[in-house]
Amino acid sequence: MPIHIVVCVKSVPSSAAIPVDPGTGLPKTAGVPAILNPFDEYAVEEAARLKERLPGSTATALTVGADVEVLREAAARGCDAGVQVAGPEFEGGDSLSSSAALAAAIKKLHADKPVHLVLFGKNASDEASGTVGSQTAAWLDWPGAAGVKKIEAADGASVTVHRMMEDGIDALSLSLPACLATVKEINEPRLPSLKGKMAAKKAVFPKWGAAELGLDPAQVGAAGAGTRLAKASPPPPRPAGVKVEGATAAEKAAKLVDLLLERKLI
Amino acid sequence: MANPGILIVVAPQRGVLPPAAFELVTAGRRLADALKEPLSAVVLSDKAQGPAAELAARGVDKVYAVEHPLLADFVEELHAKAAAEAARKSGTGKILVSSSVAGRALAARLAVLLKAGLAADVFEIRPDGRVLRPLFSGNLIAEVEFKTPVAVISVAPMTFPRAEKAAKTGAVEPLAFDPGAPRSRFVSFKAEESNEVDLGAAERVVSGGRGLGGPEGFKLVFDLAHALGAAVGASRAAVDSGWIPYRHQVGLTGRSVRPKLYVAVGISGQIQHLAGMSSSGTVVAINPDKDCPMMQTANVAVQGDYKELIPLIIADIKKRRG
Repeated sequence: MPIHIVVCVKSVPSSAAIPVDPGTGLPKTAGVPAILNPFDEYAVEEAARLKERLPGSTATALTVGADVEVLREAAARGCDAGVQVAGPEFEGGDSLSSSAALAAAIKKLHADKPVHLVLFGKNASDEASGTVGSQTAAWLDWPGAAGVKKIEAADGASVTVHRMMEDGIDALSLSLPACLATVKEINEPRLPSLKGKMAAKKAVFPKWGAAELGLDPAQVGAAGAGTRLAKASPPPPRPAGVKVEGATAAEKAAKLVDLLLERKLI
Repeated sequence: MANPGILIVVAPQRGVLPPAAFELVTAGRRLADALKEPLSAVVLSDKAQGPAAELAARGVDKVYAVEHPLLADFVEELHAKAAAEAARKSGTGKILVSSSVAGRALAARLAVLLKAGLAADVFEIRPDGRVLRPLFSGNLIAEVEFKTPVAVISVAPMTFPRAEKAAKTGAVEPLAFDPGAPRSRFVSFKAEESNEVDLGAAERVVSGGRGLGGPEGFKLVFDLAHALGAAVGASRAAVDSGWIPYRHQVGLTGRSVRPKLYVAVGISGQIQHLAGMSSSGTVVAINPDKDCPMMQTANVAVQGDYKELIPLIIADIKKRRG
């Protein structure tokens, strides 16, 4: 049975070496090129593979943010459509308010064409809270799972997934619609095809603001956030290290063990 | 600034309290003492009484025991619903959850149910209400403040010592839970190889990288880990080469670890790997290249061939232990 998949994607800085703006004390990402969050590539790829497994299925990429290029990248990698949730009211959001915006957009998509699965990457490479999938599921009041390494069977009514835990693998059965946050074990993303790239180039993506989503501007962006980034700073430098010297390997080994014992590390 | 009171949310895994639960008790106790506020906990399980009594014995003032067969294994919507009910009943403003796979999802759902701000992977909680967490792979430290009456904080494992038995034992109160009609069902669990120390909870980790030269190099890494009572980690390069399974991977796309001792064998120290282990207490690097980033950032650098050094280190440890 064909299904409708929504893949939530985020635009992130291409580098993690982000300086702090001395004026604001906050990270300065302006001027750093933006890319599709690397973990989201796995979610997009999984949507493309589900489309292959369940012919006639469709995938819609969804992003909250000013960068529409991530939707083009998702389209090049196999998404059929994309929606951008953007506007000044969404600026300064945190995981609480951004997940609320995602949930509202998913509801709107769901009303138009029922959604079966919502896929997320493990976490965004910038803020890395790794919580937006489960937060979105909670706003929607849909079942969900995080740490998904395999989507075993999906029909229109339920899905069986494998979840990677610290001590092994859980199998869960979820009724649909459901939200799944994936991990990188789930697949190996393919590069966008030339055909995909060409189609993505021409694609037009609708842009929804708070009004289109029926959201009060006080619920989204900085106004709807539960947290505020007060300041950011580089981590304290590590104290200078010691070099274990010795004429022979045996001498070095003995000195290392001395040091570990001395520091009560073993 | 969040409301008074601190609540620890604990979901025993496979019937056992994870060590991180006792780390949360320490984090909660320190905050409770600093603010002169009560410390409570909620245990979500099919058999909650035992773990609840254990937390009470370690100094949690009041422990709610939510017992239901459907809480035997982690199902995020059910656990979050039960936790939210306990949070509302206790009226606490600061909720601590461990940043495990389950804890992260639980904290996420709970935050939305309570319309609460959420900070993940927190490693310091300040009495003024602000918390510290990594940003941009640990290249920056964020100072986050909460705007909501309730704050949900997921605490990075291994950042607080594990609480021991306390002088004063708290009270345990059972709490009823109606799961409603669940839409998520736990089916089964398949354990990973046993007899391995879990990376995330390990006090010592020995990791190997591309510099091992091949999969056989991990034999020595495991031997050293065994001698030190350590878990085994790996760099992405070693995992991608197929030398060791992914679950050992440390770094940005693997696990984050924070042991007291991290021994990096043949790991050059790319930023992605450093992101996953740079908060370790003491980092020891064993590498022939004295100029590689790992040797530069390590607290203790041993230049040399690991094939020669590791057997000597193991022999030396054995000799001194008699």
